Order: sequence, then C-alpha cells, then structure tokens
Amino acid sequence: MPDATGPDQIYDCALASKEILLPKCDDCGAYHFFPRVLCPHCHGTSISWMRASGKGRVHTTTVVRRKPERGGDYNVCMVELEEGVRMMSRVDGIAPGDVAIDMAVTAFVDDAEGTPIVLFRPAEV
Amino acid sequence: MTNELRGKSAIVGTGHAGFGEAHGLTAYDVMAQSALAALSDAGLKLSDVDGLFCTMMEDSMPALMAAEYLGIQPRFIDGTMLGGSSFVNYLTSATMALEAGLCDVALIVYGSNQRTASGKLVTASRPPAYEAPYNPRYPISAYAMAAARHMHEYGTTREQLADVAVSARAWAQHNPEAFERGPLTREDVLGARMVGDPLTVRDCCLVTDGGGAIVLVRADRAKDFPKAPVYVLGSAAESSHRQISQMKDFTVTAARESGKRAFAAAGVSHDDIQAVELYDAFTINTILFLEDLGFCAKGEGGAFVEGGRIAPGGVLPVNTNGGGLSCVHPGMYGIFTVIEATRQIRGDAPGIQLNNIDLALAHGNGGVLSSQVTAILGSQATL
Repeated sequence: MPDATGPDQIYDCALASKEILLPKCDDCGAYHFFPRVLCPHCHGTSISWMRASGKGRVHTTTVVRRKPERGGDYNVCMVELEEGVRMMSRVDGIAPGDVAIDMAVTAFVDDAEGTPIVLFRPAEV
Repeated sequence: MTNELRGKSAIVGTGHAGFGEAHGLTAYDVMAQSALAALSDAGLKLSDVDGLFCTMMEDSMPALMAAEYLGIQPRFIDGTMLGGSSFVNYLTSATMALEAGLCDVALIVYGSNQRTASGKLVTASRPPAYEAPYNPRYPISAYAMAAARHMHEYGTTREQLADVAVSARAWAQHNPEAFERGPLTREDVLGARMVGDPLTVRDCCLVTDGGGAIVLVRADRAKDFPKAPVYVLGSAAESSHRQISQMKDFTVTAARESGKRAFAAAGVSHDDIQAVELYDAFTINTILFLEDLGFCAKGEGGAFVEGGRIAPGGVLPVNTNGGGLSCVHPGMYGIFTVIEATRQIRGDAPGIQLNNIDLALAHGNGGVLSSQVTAILGSQATL
C-alpha cells in the first residue's frame, strides 16, 4: 500500500496501528479536528501530525435510548482533548447515564467492530 | 440584508397543504398543492411564477424537480440547501432577485410526506464521517447535547424545557390546522418516553407531512393583490458549522449575529416585535433562540419561558400556531415561521389571532443549530 497522503488517510492509518494522531498547524500552533488540508483557524496549509496525549474531559453528553432487544441504551458525547480539540465519541466502562460533563477521560483505540475508532474510559485517579 | 433592501419586497400570498397525514401523496405532490394554495391566495397563476426558491429533503436537484413538476420555466432559481432555515433565507435572495429585476413573481415552496412515507426524518444527507461510528441519532443527539450543556452551564431545568412544549401546545389547542391539540402538562412532558437524555419524545418536534408556500413581489406593486401585503423589513443569516461536533459553544448559536443584523436592517427593536415565530425542532431551540436573538440574556432563557410566559396571555407571544412541536413539522419547518408571522400581520391567523400585529419576527434554524436565519416582517404601517 502506498504511503498515506491525504489527511483522512494519515489519521486512519495511525488509528489502524492504535495510535491517535492529531493535526496541528505549523503557522498558528493550534490543533484542529477533523483532519483537513488547511488550518481552519488561520488557514495555513503547513500541518504536522502530533501524537495525542489521550487525556480529555467530557464537554457534553447524551444517552441514546434504544430498546434492550436492539442492544440497549448507549452513550454519545463530546470529549474535549487536552490539545484543545473536541471529538464525538463514547465513554465505555460505565453506565451511559453516568457519563457526566467535566468527567476526566482517557482515550483508547477500539477495533471490536472491525474498523478502529477512538473511545474513552473514565480516567484513573 | 442591508437597509437598502428594507421593505423592497412583499409577501402577497401564503399557502400550505397536506398538514398531518397526506396519504397517497408524494413530497412533490404536497409541494405543488402548497404552491397552488399560495398563488390562489395571491390571485396569481403558476404561469406567473418566474422565480423559484425551493429545496426538498429528497434528491440532489430538488429545485429542478419542483420546476419540472410545476410545469414552469423559472428564469431565476435559488435552491440553496441550509436545512430548515433555507426558506427564511430565500426571503433575502428573493428580495434581491426581485429588486434586481431577475424575476417578477417569486415562489418559495416546500413539501414533504415524511410521516406517511417513513415515519421519521427523510434526508439525502450522509452521516458525517467522524460522527457516524458513534451512532448519534440524527438530529436529536445533537440537540440533546446542546440541552445538556445549557443545563450544566446555566442551571436550565427539564421543567423549563417542558414548559416550552406546554406553551406550544396551548397555542396549538386554538389552531384547527395544528396536528396535536390535546391537553399537555409539564408532567406529561417529563414523564414521556426518554429519547435522548435530557429530551423526551415531547421535547421533540412532530413528524408530520405538509408543505408551505409564499409568493413575493416587488413592493411597488404589492398593493395590487387581494390580501394586505406583508413587507420584508430585514433578513439576515449566519452559519457556524455543519456537524454538531464542530459547534464551538454548545450554548450559543449564530442567531446572535443573524438577529443583530436583521434588527439593524429593519430598524426596529425587540420591544417593537409583537409576535415571535421560532423554529422549535426541540424545546431547547426556543430557549436558545430567545436568548441569542436578544429577547433575554444568555442563560436566562429557561426562566423566560417558565410557567406560561410564552403561552397565550403571557409576556411574549411565541410560536402562535403551535410551532413544530405541536402544529406541523414535515422534515423542515422554517417556511411555517414566515407563514404564521405573515398571517398574524394580515390578521388571518388560523388559531389565536393577536390584536393589531404590525411587526413579527420569523427565525429559521438549519442542520444541527448550524444555520440561523432571522427575518423581520411588517405591515404597510411599518414602512
């Protein structure tokens, strides 16, 4: 397979090896997410990829209610990463209704369903 | 819209069709029936329409589909798709096109059969790539997260959210066109099935069929039509994101900017506005828009709507037809904010007709709090 070139490809390839890379603008120094070919803050086009610390906090959260026979309720939330970007995700390991705003969480890459995705679990104190 | 366009166009006809359940009809059938109703209201024919302003939930070229269905060959089309705010946004482009002589009769139109077709939101949109893996329920999960954040930051309560739905229903109970007219209490809303915490099914808009249409002409000929003209005094838009994960502040929408500019263009203030028609897809919307449009301070929206203050007999008439929560919500509701504002000003509202309405505000929301468009409409007396 040729080397990844597009922003989505670079992100996906890293995720496939259980690594979370975040795009950071060389010009203004700000991170952004989702990946793109320009910085949405300063519109610079020189982007570097940095390994995410994986530390974040729940910015807001909801429980998607679903019938038990269809898999039951699950969490959907927005996590604000230490780097200053937010991503939609899910906090696993606790009941979906126990996920709370401002809760400290830690990222991990899960590939239980074939495609690797970033999930979070409550941070260990 | 700038001050130069103030009052340059007028709504001379409104119409709707297929409210509730339009059995056996397609979305385009409902669209066409709505167009005919509005043109009849204006004393015009389809063959008079030379400007078409339309989008639908189906297809990637819905304006062309609509023109073809209607058997017209418009010389000006705007099919900009911003979600439900599109139809408020068309007030700006229709006014510009009319004023520039690009068309003489502008038809804004929409139709949907989503209730009888599927019972849920019909959309040609693809789920955003970086959200889809987490299976948010579109669009409720987005609004639920906005509501949760508002509750966290400002202490807004589920009871206050519920009161938005209760007020909407109180208006709807007087409106024979409204789909849900049964009694609704705060306890009913709180005790209803939770769909996406903190929102129950009664915090969510209806899923109905229905369509709406609006006919505009240049102001200089607006008095030549059967109904009293309603003038577009100001309209303004702002967009802040497309996907909810890109919303910078979950408690502040771009309505702050669209509202500011619409008020400036119209040259009126909040105290002048006699009726407020907001796109209430979810109960949190009404609270956010009342704040962002400046009817109360940020964080005070919950208290503002509490205990019937926006219900009939309250301090501010909001969603006087029952809104998307209780009147009609066929996928995109935006056009109905303009229609109800127009009818209140004309004096032929289907439900409670407020006394001597000269100025009303219509506000459209599109996407997931993404696109905000505000319009201020006025009677002849406000020109």
